[in-house]
Amino acid sequence: MKGYRGKILRINLDDRSVVKEDLNMEWAKSYIGGRGLGTKYFYEEVDPKVDAFSKENKIIMATGPLSGTPTPTGGRYMVITKSPLTDTIASSNSGGRWGAELKFCGYDMVILEGKADKPVYIDIRDDEVEIKDAAHLWGQTTSKTMELLAKDVGEKAKILNIGPAGEKLSRIAAVMNDMDRAAGRSGVGAVMGSKNVKAITVKGSSKPEIHDMAQLKQVVAAANKSIKENGVTGEGLPTYGTAVLVNIINENGVFPTNNFQTSTFDKAEEISGENLAENYLVKRTGCYGCPIACGRHCKVDDLEAGGPEYETIWGYGADCGVSNLGNIIKANYWCNEMGLDTISASTTIAAAMELYQRGLITDQDLDGVPLQFGNDDAIIEWTKRMGLREGLGDKLAEGSFRLGEAYGASDVSMSVKKQELPAYDPRGIQGQGLAYATSNRGGCHVRAYLISPEILGLPEKLDKFSTEGKPLWVKIFQDLTASIDSLGLCLFTSFAMGAGDYANMYNAAVGTDHTDETILEAGDRIWNLERMFNMKSGLKKEDDTLPKRLLKEAIPDGPAKDKTSLLDQMLPEYYELRGWDTDGVPTEDKLNSLKI
Amino acid sequence: MDIQIKLFATLREGRGKIVTKEFPPAATPRQVIETLQISEEDVAILLVNGQDGSLDQELHDQDVLSIFPPVGGG
Repeated sequence: MKGYRGKILRINLDDRSVVKEDLNMEWAKSYIGGRGLGTKYFYEEVDPKVDAFSKENKIIMATGPLSGTPTPTGGRYMVITKSPLTDTIASSNSGGRWGAELKFCGYDMVILEGKADKPVYIDIRDDEVEIKDAAHLWGQTTSKTMELLAKDVGEKAKILNIGPAGEKLSRIAAVMNDMDRAAGRSGVGAVMGSKNVKAITVKGSSKPEIHDMAQLKQVVAAANKSIKENGVTGEGLPTYGTAVLVNIINENGVFPTNNFQTSTFDKAEEISGENLAENYLVKRTGCYGCPIACGRHCKVDDLEAGGPEYETIWGYGADCGVSNLGNIIKANYWCNEMGLDTISASTTIAAAMELYQRGLITDQDLDGVPLQFGNDDAIIEWTKRMGLREGLGDKLAEGSFRLGEAYGASDVSMSVKKQELPAYDPRGIQGQGLAYATSNRGGCHVRAYLISPEILGLPEKLDKFSTEGKPLWVKIFQDLTASIDSLGLCLFTSFAMGAGDYANMYNAAVGTDHTDETILEAGDRIWNLERMFNMKSGLKKEDDTLPKRLLKEAIPDGPAKDKTSLLDQMLPEYYELRGWDTDGVPTEDKLNSLKI
Repeated sequence: MDIQIKLFATLREGRGKIVTKEFPPAATPRQVIETLQISEEDVAILLVNGQDGSLDQELHDQDVLSIFPPVGGG
C-alpha cells in the first residue's frame, strides 16, 4: 500500500541495536496507522501490567498514512506508551513538522525498547541511524536542547525532545517537538526520560509514494475549500487561535474557576482570545501542511514565545483565579521549557491552591511564594519548581491526584483516571462529562470533543443540559477521532470535514476502498483495543467516573447554576452501544465482530 | 425596553464589545442583529442571559444577549 513507507525503526537501548523491519500491512489495513497501528504494536508486544517506568515498557512514535503527504494538516504523529500518570494506554498527539520528517526518512514509526545506560539522543538521517551521547544535553531546557542539537545535527533537522521534567520522571511531562509543539498528555515525556533518551532528530530526503496523485489533488482541493469556507477553520481559528473559546465557554457558565469551585470567571475578558490578539499576538503559526494556522506567537515584555492555547490560558488563568494574561504567557513559556503538559501542570497548581485554601499546604511549605488563588507570580514560579522538582515542586511533579493523596485529600484532584480534566465543566455539558469519564487515556477533551455540538452547534446544536442521545454522540465522536488520529491528520479538520472526506483522502493516497462506515468501524476497533489494554492493566468500571465534586456539588452560580453531571443516566446506554457488558468489558461477540 | 448586547470576536469590529440599546416591547434577537447590521449567517452562537437562545424568541427588559460568529478550538 502506498502512503506508508512500509518500514519500522526498532531501537533497543539495552544493546544499542537498530533494526529496520517491514511494517505489518495486515495490521495497517485494520488499524490504519498512528494511534491505531501504534496501539496494535504496543498491545501485541507489551504486558499491560508493566510498570510504566520499567525498561520493559516501550515507547512508540507513530505517523499515519497521510503524514507527510499533501493532505491538509498531514504532519501529525502520536506517542504511544503505558502512562505513568494513568496506568492506561497513553497516546499523545502532536503537530509541528517532526512527524512528516520521520516519514521523509523512510519510516512509519519508531519503537524504543529497553533503557540506555546513560543519556543518549538518536540521530536519524534516512538509512543512517546513530545513538549518540547526550551528556551535554541532559538537564537543559527544551529550547536550549534544541539550540545545542541544531549545532550537532544541522539547522534543517527536526527535533523531538524532553525537558528537565521528563528527565526527572514527572508523571505529567510532555514530549516536545519543533520548539513549542507538544505530545503533551499522560506523562509520555517521563517514559522517554526513564529510558535515558533526551531527543530524536530526523532529517529525511524522500517523500511517501501516492497511490493516485491526480485523485488526491482533487480531494485535497475540495478539503481545502471546505476548510477555507468554514467559519471555524477559515476565519475563527486563524484570526484568534483556540483562545477564542475563553469568552464562549465563560458566557455559557461552564468555564471552571478556582479548581472547579465555580464555573464563571468574572475576569474572563482579560484573558480572552480577543485580548490576546489585540495586545500580545506577534504572528500566527501553522504546522506542516496546515491551511488553518491556529498557532500563536506572542510577546510580553522582552519574552517572545509560542502559544498560549485555550486550554493553557484557562488552566493558568481561571482555574488558578489569575487574570494577568502576560504572566499566563510567561507560565506557558516555562511549562514548555520544562517540558510539562500545560493542562496537567496548570491544574495541578490549581489543586495545590485549593490545598492551601484548606490549610493543608501551609506557608512553611512554600519558600516565599504563596499559593493563593489569583497569585499571578505563583503560576510562573511553581511551574519552574515543578519542572525541577524543587521543594513542594517535587510533589507537584506527580500530578494533582498524587499531590492530593499526599495530603489525604485526593478529592482536590479534578481528574479522571488520575489525568487532569481540561477546560470545560461537565456539570453543564452532559455529553462532555460522559466523554471524560469513558476516555481511554483519562481526563481529556480530544477523545470526543462534544463541545462541538453541545456548545458550538457543530454539526448541529444539542441541548448541553440534556443527557438524551448523548451516548451515541460520544461513541461516534470517539470512533471518528480515533481514525483521524490514526490517519495522521489534525482533529481541527473535523470542524469542516466528515468521515466520508477522510475516506476519500485515505483511498486516494493509499489505494484502499474505505467508506465513511469503515472509517468509523476502524475507529471502533481502535477504541476497543485501547479498552482491552486498559482492562488488562487493571482498570475497572469504577474508573469510568468523574470527580465527586462534579457528581455531587452543583455549580453554585452563573448560567449553569444548580447543574451536576448526570453520568449515571448515560453510562449504561453507552456500554450497550459499545457492545460491552454491564461491567464495561467488551464482549466476545463485539471483539469477534471487529476481528480483534 | 433596554437590551444589553455582548459581542465577541470579529463581531466587535466597528461595533464595540458591549452595546446597550432600547427596543420596543417583545422585540426579538432577529431585530437586534438587524439593528446592529449583523447578518444571520454570522450568528453561530446566541445566548440570552447565558442560556441557548433563538432568533425569534421574545426578549424582555434588561435581557443580556451574547452573540458569537462561527468560532471553535479545543
